[in-house]
Amino acid sequence: MRVAVCVKQIPDPASPYDLDPETHFVVRPTDQVLDDTDRYGVEIGLQLAEQTEGTVTLISMGPSGNLQGIRQALAMGADKAVIVDDASLQGSDSLATAGVLAAAIKREGFDLVIAGTESTDGYAGILPQQLAELLEVPALTFAKKVAVEGDTVKIERQTQTGYDEVESPSPALVSVTAGAVEPRYPTFKGIMQAKSKPVDTVTAGDLGVDVATKQKIVSIRPAPERASGELIEDDGEAHLKIVALLEQAKVI
Amino acid sequence: MATTWVFVEETEEGPATVGLELLTKARAFGGELAALYLGAGSDEHFAALGAHGASKVFHMAPSDLLPTASAAAAIADLAGQHSPDLILFGLTYTDRDIAGRLSARMGKTILSNATEISVDGGAVTVTNEIFGGMTLVDTTFESDAPYLVIARAKAFVAEESGGGAPEVESVAMPDVGHSGSARVTASHAERLEGPKLEEAAIVVAAGRGIGAEEGFAVINELAMKLGAATGATRAIVDAGWVPYSKQVGQTGKTVKPDVYIAAGVSGAMQHLVGMKDSKVIIAIYKDEEAPILGISDLGIVGDLHKVLPKLIEALSNR
Repeated sequence: MRVAVCVKQIPDPASPYDLDPETHFVVRPTDQVLDDTDRYGVEIGLQLAEQTEGTVTLISMGPSGNLQGIRQALAMGADKAVIVDDASLQGSDSLATAGVLAAAIKREGFDLVIAGTESTDGYAGILPQQLAELLEVPALTFAKKVAVEGDTVKIERQTQTGYDEVESPSPALVSVTAGAVEPRYPTFKGIMQAKSKPVDTVTAGDLGVDVATKQKIVSIRPAPERASGELIEDDGEAHLKIVALLEQAKVI
Repeated sequence: MATTWVFVEETEEGPATVGLELLTKARAFGGELAALYLGAGSDEHFAALGAHGASKVFHMAPSDLLPTASAAAAIADLAGQHSPDLILFGLTYTDRDIAGRLSARMGKTILSNATEISVDGGAVTVTNEIFGGMTLVDTTFESDAPYLVIARAKAFVAEESGGGAPEVESVAMPDVGHSGSARVTASHAERLEGPKLEEAAIVVAAGRGIGAEEGFAVINELAMKLGAATGATRAIVDAGWVPYSKQVGQTGKTVKPDVYIAAGVSGAMQHLVGMKDSKVIIAIYKDEEAPILGISDLGIVGDLHKVLPKLIEALSNR
């Protein structure tokens, strides 16, 4: 089974990221990390590829920088990566991004596409569905468990009240929730191998895709601040303060 | 705004609350207001849509197929016939699936995570929150209508308008071939104890600070004592300590209870966005630098394993 896993390099969430005051786009440093939520998709992709003697190709869009984030996913065991790095795509909306990723995935060929449910930095949360529509495949979304039996893809799909068992024939797209599996840690061997795995850097033109972003940020402003409250150190009696506040709020 | 459509999914309790919230909001835009209703439907459900402002309901009845691809195609066809200006969705699983596919099918961009939608003549501006809700971003469309927007739950309040029964038009779910071939083979409901997280007056939430899965016991005990729902951060959901249905935050549920008690929650941006609009926030955390303490009405720097048992005892003695 040929598995394409969509991954994204993002600024390290541990350090606050900046927005360009002119364009309002996220300023992307050279050393970006693999979006943590993508590790789950990579892990599932690797498991399914191992089970079916298949391959895992990483598909990404954005400034490649030093490829640190992509190498993280290659070190986990993915076979190769395709990254669409094109200055004209900066600030793309999710539909434009989906158009580019769809072109890259079609060029590679696929039986299964895996994506996270949303990125940590942009979090629009609709790219997988847009991608599925453009690839003309079913979208098995919000999966907390994924299995492949022959040509059938089966998932447990998160719902508001529990989960549904959902299945479809391949090719298909699966979006996976964080926590769906325990992502493996790269081994030393994996990290060494990742350095020489193929990373194909392409432009939108190479893919023959022409997309346009149809939304524009008009302002960025601070949210109204919440009135600051009381901060105390627990002296053994802090619970009484809570009781008093619960009484004041008339909930007890 | 000449015509607004609101997608509303049927839930076990009737039309999804977020759909009713969006109908209420859309009334303020003026013009025609219709609901795109996905579910078995009943006169009672349609009346609820009417009472919240829909004068027309396009009714889509699902089969055992996952309805998302087919519903997106049905809505795209309807939009082609009726040319709505604005189509609103809630930030739920099914809504996101349909909105995303519809966007790609129609070649229309979509603005997600809306906490405010402003209409000025024919122009639509959507506000969303970044940096854990500390910063607001206003975005507009640069394409033609229909404008597609996905809004967060509880961004607006559902209120009836006294509208009568709407006109109901049954809409066939088109066969979209392979794209629509996903099938639901079984449904499982998680057993729920106590009030629903999204509706509870009090929420007691836990984060990594509870130390281990066993640490959730004291959270449960306090919640039982208060008649509260329990919530959790993404960190402890990912760790497998509690089910995903309890997750509060950007990728989980949005709550606005009267009182939110956060125990061992540091206050990552991802969490704050889902609870910062609670009326009263009480937080207990060991490190005084934790962001959660900065937005709390009562912030306690201390050990939750000392504070909570005393709190439970004090509540028991009342």
